[in-house]
Amino acid sequence: MGTVVVDVMPKQEILDPQGQAVVGALRRLNLSQFTDVRQGKRFTLEVAGDVTDEVLAAAREAAETLLSNPVIEDVVSVRDADAAAAGQEDAS
Amino acid sequence: MKVGVVTFPGSLDDHDAARAIELAGGEAVHLWHGTADLQGVDAVVLPGGFSYGDYLRAGAIARFAPVMDALIPAAKGGLPVLGICNGFQVLCESHLLPGALVRNDHQKFICRDQKLRIERINTAWTGDFAQDEEITIVLKNGEGGYMADERTLDLLEAEGRVVARYLGGNPNGSRREIAGISNEAGNVVGLMPHPEHCVEPGFGPGLEGLPFFTSVLRQVVSA
Amino acid sequence: MSNLPAYKCDTVDIASQDPQAEQPWAELGLKSDEYQQIREILDRRPTSAELAMYSVMWSEHCSYKSSKVHLRQFGDKTTDEMKEKLLVGIGENAGVVDIGDGWAVTFKIESHNHPSYIEPHQGAATGIGGIVRDIMSMGARPLAVMDPLRFGALDHPDTARVLPGIVSGVGTYGNSLGLPNIGGEINFDSCYQGNPLVNALCVGSMRTEDIHLANATGVGNLIVLFGSKTGGDGIGGVSVLASETFDSTGPAKRPAVQVGDPFAEKVLIECCLDLYAADVVAGIQDLGGAGLSCATSELASNGDGGMQIHLDRVPLRDPSLSPEEILMSESQERMMAVVEPGKLEAFMEIAAKWDVEASVLGEVTDGENLEVFWGDDLLVQVPPRSVAHDGPVYQRPLERPAYLDDLQADGTAHLNRPRTGDDLARTVLDLIASPNMCDASWVTDQYDRYVRGNTAQAMPDDAGVVRVDEETGRGVALSTDCNPRFTKLDPYAGSQLALAEAYRNVAVAGAAPLAVSDCLNFGSPEDPGVMWQFSEAVTALADGCAVLGIPVTGGNVSFYNQTGDIAIHPTPVVAVLGVLDDVAKRNRSGWAHAQDAIYLLGETRDELDGSAWAEVAHSHLGGLPPTVDLAAEQTLASAILAATDQGLITSAHDLSDGGLAAGLAESVLRHGVGASVDLSPVASRDGVDAFVALLSESTARAIASISASDAEAFEAVLSDKGQAFARIGTTGGDHLKVEGQFTLAIEDLRSAHTGVIESAMSH
Repeated sequence: MGTVVVDVMPKQEILDPQGQAVVGALRRLNLSQFTDVRQGKRFTLEVAGDVTDEVLAAAREAAETLLSNPVIEDVVSVRDADAAAAGQEDAS
Repeated sequence: MKVGVVTFPGSLDDHDAARAIELAGGEAVHLWHGTADLQGVDAVVLPGGFSYGDYLRAGAIARFAPVMDALIPAAKGGLPVLGICNGFQVLCESHLLPGALVRNDHQKFICRDQKLRIERINTAWTGDFAQDEEITIVLKNGEGGYMADERTLDLLEAEGRVVARYLGGNPNGSRREIAGISNEAGNVVGLMPHPEHCVEPGFGPGLEGLPFFTSVLRQVVSA
Repeated sequence: MSNLPAYKCDTVDIASQDPQAEQPWAELGLKSDEYQQIREILDRRPTSAELAMYSVMWSEHCSYKSSKVHLRQFGDKTTDEMKEKLLVGIGENAGVVDIGDGWAVTFKIESHNHPSYIEPHQGAATGIGGIVRDIMSMGARPLAVMDPLRFGALDHPDTARVLPGIVSGVGTYGNSLGLPNIGGEINFDSCYQGNPLVNALCVGSMRTEDIHLANATGVGNLIVLFGSKTGGDGIGGVSVLASETFDSTGPAKRPAVQVGDPFAEKVLIECCLDLYAADVVAGIQDLGGAGLSCATSELASNGDGGMQIHLDRVPLRDPSLSPEEILMSESQERMMAVVEPGKLEAFMEIAAKWDVEASVLGEVTDGENLEVFWGDDLLVQVPPRSVAHDGPVYQRPLERPAYLDDLQADGTAHLNRPRTGDDLARTVLDLIASPNMCDASWVTDQYDRYVRGNTAQAMPDDAGVVRVDEETGRGVALSTDCNPRFTKLDPYAGSQLALAEAYRNVAVAGAAPLAVSDCLNFGSPEDPGVMWQFSEAVTALADGCAVLGIPVTGGNVSFYNQTGDIAIHPTPVVAVLGVLDDVAKRNRSGWAHAQDAIYLLGETRDELDGSAWAEVAHSHLGGLPPTVDLAAEQTLASAILAATDQGLITSAHDLSDGGLAAGLAESVLRHGVGASVDLSPVASRDGVDAFVALLSESTARAIASISASDAEAFEAVLSDKGQAFARIGTTGGDHLKVEGQFTLAIEDLRSAHTGVIESAMSH
């Protein structure tokens, strides 16, 4: 049993209304040290076996074709959940 | 009889809720989200809409508005509060009501005329209905799926706190077809459909939303 | 200003000293003679910022350079009588009409076609946002929206890509603004494959004394930008300039599409209404295409002096933007106001109440030029009219397309027609199950039609009806229409048929037609055939409006709707607005009671060319569209309005696509009340058979249901108005029965009619 974690964020240059609303709310709660917020999505993809390079490649394809909208979002990482702590991040 | 209607940035049905209160014979008082002052009202409606754009989670940001600092203790003290749609979401985020409202199971916004059964009539907002009365009012939501764990759902059922249930098809994936619930005391009610759109002949599918507003006026008079 | 990013700004001084510098005018879409014209206007080369402004403001989209010579007819053919109700005409952000009792209504329809193809959800959403800001900028509270949508074939895979996104974009944005969606169209035709049409209409109201205009008058008045921060949205074309002015690494990536923030717009609406109520706004302009370039040059052109603004005072979402990019950014949810200095404090307090950021960019001057600064550097010094109004005007070549003769000669006479009652029944079921006639609730249920509690009528009724005055019930009805099959066959007749249908829909709802807005969607103006279609359409609409006595108050032209060389069918979408003194009197469009008498108003001819039947049964498009008879439309409207006024009508339904068959089926399905119909009075009077009576699309027709006790009074009204009519049946029962032909159970009609779009979208 393995898990691939995919993180998707709105492109930096694209307006992120959700992040704007959250940063405004933080300010009202006097948590004003946070100057900007952007809100993205995390997906966890389960596989029966280990997370191999092939699985990661397939996950990357899934991330770029379905999980993200390439017009407005970036896939910022596709990684093995267990290996994440070891710092094996794979920005694609 | 004064009933407050809170306007958050992004509230949409505040105007409609105020009109419904007036048509029911009450006086509507506009309350501003940024002021922790209930202006001595006898009851409060948290109206529908998309407060703060419903960003983050529906109702999650509105819950921290200054007006809620006044409203939450008042509601715990027995002030009648009706949260409609987004207002229901705010009540759940404020923990005045249990559970949460999530995105419709079919992933689309839905606006339709919806049949309901009123199952609890000893609340501040449903006294003018008959037990198990069937009504049709407007339903419109994108995040209207009522969710709670099984234990909470069982408790709500056991204590008779399910105020309204969907009939003729579950429109949004709500657990146990729940359209509205109340707190134990019955002064706080959350309702996903919109009775305020069903109070005037010729506008909306009928007049079957009006009793929610006449109920609270009568309850406040007799209290 | 020492803390400004270090751009090598191309200033007016530099431009004067270095007149021969190479400029990327061609990359910016300017023609050589246009570039020369700019040099002549300025008597020097433009700065890069000026070049950016002219290139965008002189684009087809902003300048109407190909359409202007034709659009003039809308003004020229408007008579003084038509102008009586017109408070603000073409040329402002939106036209304004007087609907009585001191109320003014403003409405406009626009396109957002290309962005919606690229990113359906956001493209459609920002389309709604833009038209709503146009209405706000007239001083009005927006009341409702409508959205005519056109897609490729329902079963084409790309339709399944674009349709759900466009619908959710329209829905999400409109729903979040608290504006009821009261109608529109959903139309499928393979000509829109690769080029869906997303048109959006907004209607708003105000007291007549509260009309605001986009002009910057009064020397010393302040120019205030308010709303969302400015980012790099919609400046793709201009980045060629940005890359030249950057010192080091070049600009950050610019967004390919714009993302709308409906919450920011909702707050902006309420903020504007508070500003108007406090009387702190002297002039107002929304920011749309070409952003600050357009807003400042429009405001200054319509004013009585010059204007100075400072780009370094614009609040930025993306600090890497160059001055040229700030000037051109099309970031959404922004407005610009002209404010008297003494009222600035009150203005800022209201903006702060709504958490809306506002910034004073500059002021109205006593000069003649629009001057734009970046710190102390003067980047733009232009006569504002030369940017906003005096752009190039083209008389493009026109040529009637050669294919038209063959197309018009290929009528439907040779097509097999249903012979038996059973054949007819099957034809009716096929028709109401076809993509263009089926139940559209999969789409319309995603729109809030109830918010604000003033919606008297919405989809699927013929026209949207919304109350304006809560005390008296005074309100308006709106319908948008275009049958692109008819405009393809004959653009002149087809355009008048679109006008006639919208006019009829409004009248059938019980409203007196008052004014028109149009959204003219066409292919490339560089194609003489397309330009001929355009010219025919505009002439037809201007002529038709003059006959009907209702002025065109504004609208929008969208060219280049084509895939490769193949243009869409000409699609002039016509919106007609009508007024009701009390919306309670409106006519609903389905049968609510049994035992009502059913009347067919108007005459039926054998007119099947271009019909829904020809399309559904034979996939055929050819011949000539139905006869246009605007006098008959006026008679029909006046008869229905008179009967409505006397409270005689229990329901009324316009007949258009699918003819009487569709009208009957829809009236039955609306509330599940059946009908028995006998066509023989129509057949004998008009000399047509049952098939023609049911499927012909002859115009100036409607059906109405009347309480049996009112039938005599109704017939008297019709006779008095000279309206042809036939009593054809009675409502009631569980079937649609056509005497001597067929009987269809309501449940069979319903199962054919529903679920069609849903099942296509779930594949």
